[in-house]
Amino acid sequence: MEEFFQHCVNAFMLGGIYALLGIGLTLIFGIMRVVNFTHGELYSFGAYMVFALVMLLHVNFFVSLALAMALGIALGAAIEFTLLRKLRGADIDTTMLVMIGAWIAMQNLEQLAWSGVAKSVRTPFPSAPLVLGGLSVAWSRLFVFAVATVLIGATYALVDRTRLGRAMRATFQDSDAAQLMGVDIDRVYLSTFALGSGLAAAAGALLGPVFVVSPGMGDLAALKAFAVVILGGMGSIPGATIGGFLLAFIEEMGAGYVSSGYRDAMGFLLIILVLIVRPTGLFSRKERIG
Amino acid sequence: MRRAATAALLAFLISIPLWVGNLYVLHVLIVTGIFTIAAMSLNLLLGYTGQLSLGHVAFFGIGAYVSSLVSLGFSVHLAPDWLVTLNPQPVWFAMLWAIAISGFCGWAIGRISFKVRGAYFVIVTISFAEVVRLVALNWDELTNGPMALNNIPPLSLSIPGVIDFSFIGKVPNYYLVLAAAIVAYVVIARLVHSQAGRAMIALRENEPLAMSVGIEVTRYLVLSAVVSAAIAGMAGALYAQYIQIVDPNIFLFIYTVTMVIMVVVGGKGTLAGPIVGGMIFGLLPEGLRSLEIPPELQWVAYGVLMIVIVSIMPSGIVPALARWWNDRVHANARPAEASQADARQAAQ
Repeated sequence: MEEFFQHCVNAFMLGGIYALLGIGLTLIFGIMRVVNFTHGELYSFGAYMVFALVMLLHVNFFVSLALAMALGIALGAAIEFTLLRKLRGADIDTTMLVMIGAWIAMQNLEQLAWSGVAKSVRTPFPSAPLVLGGLSVAWSRLFVFAVATVLIGATYALVDRTRLGRAMRATFQDSDAAQLMGVDIDRVYLSTFALGSGLAAAAGALLGPVFVVSPGMGDLAALKAFAVVILGGMGSIPGATIGGFLLAFIEEMGAGYVSSGYRDAMGFLLIILVLIVRPTGLFSRKERIG
Repeated sequence: MRRAATAALLAFLISIPLWVGNLYVLHVLIVTGIFTIAAMSLNLLLGYTGQLSLGHVAFFGIGAYVSSLVSLGFSVHLAPDWLVTLNPQPVWFAMLWAIAISGFCGWAIGRISFKVRGAYFVIVTISFAEVVRLVALNWDELTNGPMALNNIPPLSLSIPGVIDFSFIGKVPNYYLVLAAAIVAYVVIARLVHSQAGRAMIALRENEPLAMSVGIEVTRYLVLSAVVSAAIAGMAGALYAQYIQIVDPNIFLFIYTVTMVIMVVVGGKGTLAGPIVGGMIFGLLPEGLRSLEIPPELQWVAYGVLMIVIVSIMPSGIVPALARWWNDRVHANARPAEASQADARQAAQ
């Protein structure tokens, strides 16, 4: 029982991270029709920025988190502005290959800058866990879950309630019609990519200090984000949120009770299962069969 | 014209070991050739049916593993008290198994993943490759996990009393890979120019329209996936018997990227495209290596070059050259002939 509870705690923490990654990717995917291969790099970028700010510049931990996310937003905006803006109207394969090129370049720059050695980040949380009636929860994991939840809620509110969010939803439904109604598409795309990148950087900044920060950490994160998008459907924030937590639970339980070596395969097996049983995806209403 | 160019290219390729003495150069050419075969097989899917598969390295790796395992022999528990043992088999037999099993995996994955299109298809194929990599990493008993399969025997042909020859060393392997590449090219060319090939192109151009004239979309997609996977498996088997060691890193995403970029830069949907692209991106890393800059910077340059080439020539080198050639021919042709050709084209 104790063990099961620990798995649940881990699943909630990871689920929050997966949801953040998935939401960022699904927005970019849904609104811009771009398969963003740099997503994992934004994730590790966030983690490295927290490392640099906390361990090298001795900035306050919480301020560092906010700064890392802001830097992620800025980097995302830069990528959109320099690479994607020129590729409007290019077919999906071309855009995808450009993003793959950017991913290769970014990952190797990162490795050059930070070396291949894994880094750890000191956190201000007490090492003694929070004890609740015989069950103990590490403070840092609780914090990750709480911040992730707040960010998910804020993103949902941004897309659902604000003027910019309405423009984003309109572009998602029909970008030509949105443009005819006076939506500034360039602005929508820039904000979408920056927002998605910021969420990925925030996810890395949150999870990096819990584990370690290493150059390859983004690859697996990007694959998880892809899995979440398949589960949740394109462009859907609730779908990505549920998909993220679902993936985390399946991974944790699979690793705990089936085989820890296949932990990272669980999500992909789930995808393949979903495709066999229900190719339209778990939550998406829209048909996506060709 | 085309026939002469093909003959000249073949003669050039056959002559290379005669005047290139440097074994390292031959090694690079062999590996480039193997990846070019893989790129040619990917082109069938990516170029002719229009499906961007980013899991193609899975078939390459499956081919490498199957061929190695059959030629080395294995014994594995499929259930706690069900031990399956295979004694070492001849390498040519192992390679046939590699081709068959890769083709079967292509069929199975095709059946599942062709239910979705576009970006979803891309993600499903990436996931498939990742699952296969994790299986190779974790199924220690069969694959030796990260410890790799070692001492894989090279291909040898022996008919007792007649011939006994092992493909050891660079020159025999160069010709082996060249022969395999020619076989793969001919198979793909025949398929593409057959009725099935026209069906594939039709559904690439307009799937609903192709369906409406009675083309069974899934059947042709799966057919191309099977052929493509089988050829990729053959390339993997060649790789395994040449390098003589296979580890789970063979499934890394970067190899798929290499194949995709070879196809796209050369020109997807053209038979010559993957060969041109294969030459460029097979030799480019070696060129960058000679610049004596840190390996990370070489890869940064690789990524940046990829962005630049794809942005400048989204349809690839071969189509761009073909367009340029056509324009020249048309400009020189007599006006009457040209207008006749135009009229014929309009009538069709």
